[in-house]
Formats: sequence, C-alpha cells, structure tokens
Amino acid sequence: MNKTVNQKAWLFVIPVFVLVAFNAVVPLMTVVNYAFQETFGSNVFAWEGTRWFKQILQSDRFHAALGRQFTFTFIILLIQIPLGIGIALTMPKKGWGVPTCLILMSMPLLIPWNVVGAMWNIFALPDIGFLGHTLNSLGFDFNFTQQSGDAWFTTILMDVWHWTSLVVLLSYAGLNSIQPAYYQAAEIDGASRWDIFRYIELPKMKKVLTLAILLRFMDSFMIYTEPFVLTGGGPGNATAFLSIDLVKMALGQFDLGPAAAMSLIYFFIVLLVCWVFYSLMMKNEVKS
Amino acid sequence: MSLELKNIEKKVGLETFIYPTNLKLEKNTINVLLGSTLAGKTTLMQIMAGLDKPTAGEIWFNDQNVTGVKVQKRNVSMVYQQFINYPNYTVYENIASPLKITGVDANEIKERVGKVAELLKLSPMLDKKPNELSGGQQQRTALARALIKDSDLILLDEPLANLDFKLREELREELPKLFENRECIVVYATTEPSDALMIGGNTATILEGKIIQYGKTLDVYNNPENLTSAEVFSDPPMNIAKVNKSGDSCSLLEANTTWKTNKKIKDGNYTIGIRPHNVTVEKTSTNSVEIKGKVMISELSGSESLIHFKYGQSNWVSLSSGSHKINIGEEMKLYMNVDECLFFDQNNRLVSNG
Repeated sequence: MNKTVNQKAWLFVIPVFVLVAFNAVVPLMTVVNYAFQETFGSNVFAWEGTRWFKQILQSDRFHAALGRQFTFTFIILLIQIPLGIGIALTMPKKGWGVPTCLILMSMPLLIPWNVVGAMWNIFALPDIGFLGHTLNSLGFDFNFTQQSGDAWFTTILMDVWHWTSLVVLLSYAGLNSIQPAYYQAAEIDGASRWDIFRYIELPKMKKVLTLAILLRFMDSFMIYTEPFVLTGGGPGNATAFLSIDLVKMALGQFDLGPAAAMSLIYFFIVLLVCWVFYSLMMKNEVKS
Repeated sequence: MSLELKNIEKKVGLETFIYPTNLKLEKNTINVLLGSTLAGKTTLMQIMAGLDKPTAGEIWFNDQNVTGVKVQKRNVSMVYQQFINYPNYTVYENIASPLKITGVDANEIKERVGKVAELLKLSPMLDKKPNELSGGQQQRTALARALIKDSDLILLDEPLANLDFKLREELREELPKLFENRECIVVYATTEPSDALMIGGNTATILEGKIIQYGKTLDVYNNPENLTSAEVFSDPPMNIAKVNKSGDSCSLLEANTTWKTNKKIKDGNYTIGIRPHNVTVEKTSTNSVEIKGKVMISELSGSESLIHFKYGQSNWVSLSSGSHKINIGEEMKLYMNVDECLFFDQNNRLVSNG
C-alpha cells in the first residue's frame, strides 16, 4: 500500500499540545526557571546555576522530611495492602451483601480530602473528640497535638481509614475475575486455603495489585491536604512530610529558588520510584 | 470398581437441575455424557466428583456410599473446558502439583512427570509457564495433571470445546488411547454427537436434566429408544415427519410422497426420523424415494454439501458428499433413503429402525 505524506495531520494534534502546554509544561517550566535563579521582587532575577539543588540535597531539613516521607509511605503500604487484600477476601461474592459492602467501602473515597483531615482532627481531639477522649479515659496519655508518636498514629490511622478501600475495591475486582473452575481444580488437588491464595488468587491479582501499590505509593508520597488540616505538620516538624515542608519553604519563607529546586527533586524521586517499581513488577510479563 | 448414581436429584431454589437419575458406570469404561449446553452435564459431573451435593439420592463407589464425601477424600481428577493451570507454576510444577500435595517422593515425581509429559507431547515445554503455551498445550498440561495421579474417576468437562478445529481433531484421536491401560472410570461431557462416536465406549444422552438413554455408543446411535434420544444424538438435526402406514404402503402426511414398505408394524400413524446424510442429492440406494423441497440455505464445504430445505411444512436438512450446484429459493429433487428411517409410535418410542 502506498502511504501519502500529509502534514495537515499535525493540525489535529495541536489542541492536545496547547492543553498540555498550559496545564503541565508552562507551570513546570516556571518552576525550572525559579530553580536556577535567585528571585528578587519586581521581576528581577539572578542566575544561580545548580546552587539551590546542592543546597537542598545537602540540607538536614530536606533529609529529615524525606526520611519522614519514606517512613510514612512504607508504613501505610505495609498496612493497607495486606489489610485491603484481607478485606476483599472476606467480602461476599453474591447476594445483597455485595452492593452493601461495595457502597460502604467506597464511602471514605468519596469524602473530600480536607474534610477527612478536619473530621479526624475533631475525632482525635484529646478533650472532646470521640477517639481522643476514649483513649484518655482508658488510661492512655493520648494527645496528637503535643506528642509526635500520637500525631503519627493518628495520621496513619486516618490514611488507612481513607484509602484502604481503594485497595479493597481493586483486589475485589481482581478476585472476581477468577473463574470458579480454578477453585474446584485446587479443591480436587487437595490444596489448602493458603495454597489457593498463594498459587491462584495472588498470581491472578498481580496486575491489579501492581496498580494498587503504585497508586498508593504516589498518593501517599505526595500527601498534603489531610496531614495539613490534621496536624499542620506538627508537633514541631514531626509530621511535616515533603509536601508540607515544601509549602512552608515556598509560601511561608518565600524561598522560591530552594523551594523550586526541592519540588523538582521531589518530582524526580516520585518518577524514579514509580519507574523502578513498575519495571520490576512487569519484568515477568514482558516475556509472554 | 463401579460408580453408581441412585435416584440422584439436584434442585437449586425452585429450579430442578437434575431430575431423579439412576446410572451405573463400570470399571475401565469411557462414558460420554451427550447433551446440549445447560442439559445438566456439568452438574452431574460435579455430583459424581463430590464437588457438589445432590438434593436427594445416593452415590455409591465400589459398593460404598460416598454421598457427601468431600472431593479431597475421593480419588478424582477433572479437566475443564477452560484451560485451568496454576498461572505462576511451570508446566513441570503444574503436572507435579497433585503428587506434591500428597507427599510423593521427589524422584518418583520426576519419573512420573516425565512419563506423562512424554505421553502428552509436553516434554519440550516443561520449563515454560502456562501463558507461554498455545491453547492446545495448556489443555494438554491440564490433562497431564489429571492423568498423573492414579484417579479412580477422571472427569472431562467439554475438554476440547475451546480448542480450534485442528487441535480438537488431534486431541480427540489421542484421548481414548490415554485411558487404554488404566484402572479407572472416565466420564466425558460433550455437546457434539461426533465426539461421542469417535470416542466410543458408552453414551448417555441427556436433555434438560434427564438421562434419556444409556448404553453402548453405537447402540444408542443406531437404536435410539425414543425420538428425544435420537434428536440429541444427531448433528445436523434429525429430519422429522408424520407418516401413515396402511398395508404395504407408507405415505407422508404433509407432503405428497408414498413408498412401498415391508415393515412388520401395525397400520396407523407414526413419526419418522431420518438423519440428514440419508437425504441426498443423488440416489444412494434402490429404495431411495424422490422428494421435492424448496432450498432455503446451502452450505458447501468442498467434500460435503449441506442443504436446508422446506419439505411440506417442515424444515429439513440434507447432507450429501461432494459439491453440488444449488440454487437458493428453487424447488429441488432430493432422495430419501427410506431403509434408514427410524419409526416412532405415538408415544415417541422406537418401533422399527430401518
């Protein structure tokens, strides 16, 4: 077949280019612009090269925030993924229980993020909040506004409450796509419940779980609104995750250069981890 | 060794899946369950295996009541229409899995997997994962898993249905050989009469949850007890017409066709069934009777011509060898071999074959 060259086809791509330019490229380039310069008032800039990047990468403050961020993400993944799979496994597969469970499960996902933060803030208040008050009357010295351990506990609990449902729904969809014949075949072989999970359910859920882990990693690594409303990063800097620290630097201290450099580093970390993770998970898939 | 179903019945809610059924399967036999989709073949097999419990009735194995005994405690293998293998096990590990669970010694596993793989032509792909194999190879793996343990009962639930034509033919020829030297009862469910004929053994024709007839496959084919059994065991569908017999003449009620007969049956009205390959474009027997039909659809496959035509008020099918020129919508002469007619009485019971 002869293919004709028709450059007019580019015209069809223009709308997408314009759209992407406005919502992604232009803002990103502004940040790049700030990251290599010192910004003074009245639109005066001075070239700084890679100074801000070096400064950020060597600063203890950034290391601490990064450490907190990885710890937080690691903990919530460790809780949410097994918990989500566990809940999905116990959910009914037919009858009225299915819609009931699905609706109950999707509730937390429908609540705006700042509302989640505000809800948990009030819920956990040591004097009037249901959770805080109960814990204190049970003899625990619980105060998330003053003790960093309690602040972490509350933030993690809030995130688990808010996002485990996503893992549940994805796992549930994965489980439902397994044909009943697989379970029968395993039963005939005399496989135990654990064998069925390990050799049938888990491999069959691999793709949705990859997606779930990726989504939960990205979202938790970029978490901002909920801890901002709940703890504001405190007490002290105890729950100041990367994004909270970044906003403090950019808008609180107005250090535009270092903040821009930090956001680019932040962006590359997310990109890098996602890429490494995805390539690892999909390594075996490429063959087939 | 024998498997016996005694008055087995299966109901789910108000719906009856299996009507009270009696069936006795003997040692070293291949038994075909022949019936259309939703006839109850799978349900029957699941009850035989112990994967499902009957609502009423008993299952006896080797003169022991095994009703309600779980599948893990029964020595059963099953192969499904879908290719069921453990996705992240290699072919070797898949085949070995039933033995591993029962704790067979590693050297013995190796030897037995080798043998079965050889038998099913899987030796070159033992290190591959199921999703790297073709459909036919995946199903061979599933078959190998069923064959590796010395099961008393091997159930094959439409194992060839998801394979393409060529692979199906190939595997269908091999299947009966695989069970030749085994001490077991094989049950094979299929929707295709040709499968039953090729596999041989015994056949049970099933319709809407009832076993219509059970016996040697050729007997069931040649001497169907009743019209229903004959219809289940005919593809393309059997041609059916009402006839009147008086003295030595037989005439079709709906069309103007009469022939001489020397059948020793009482005068009166009968239903005849005649298989499509006995209605042909060319005369195949001296007793063939000429009939006329209006051609509606014709399917030529090169070696065969399938003609759907209107005969009187009924839709008939003719199957002739060779390619013939057929004009759709035209009246056409066909020959019906009346020697091959099956006569059924008013209660649809067979009174005369041929």
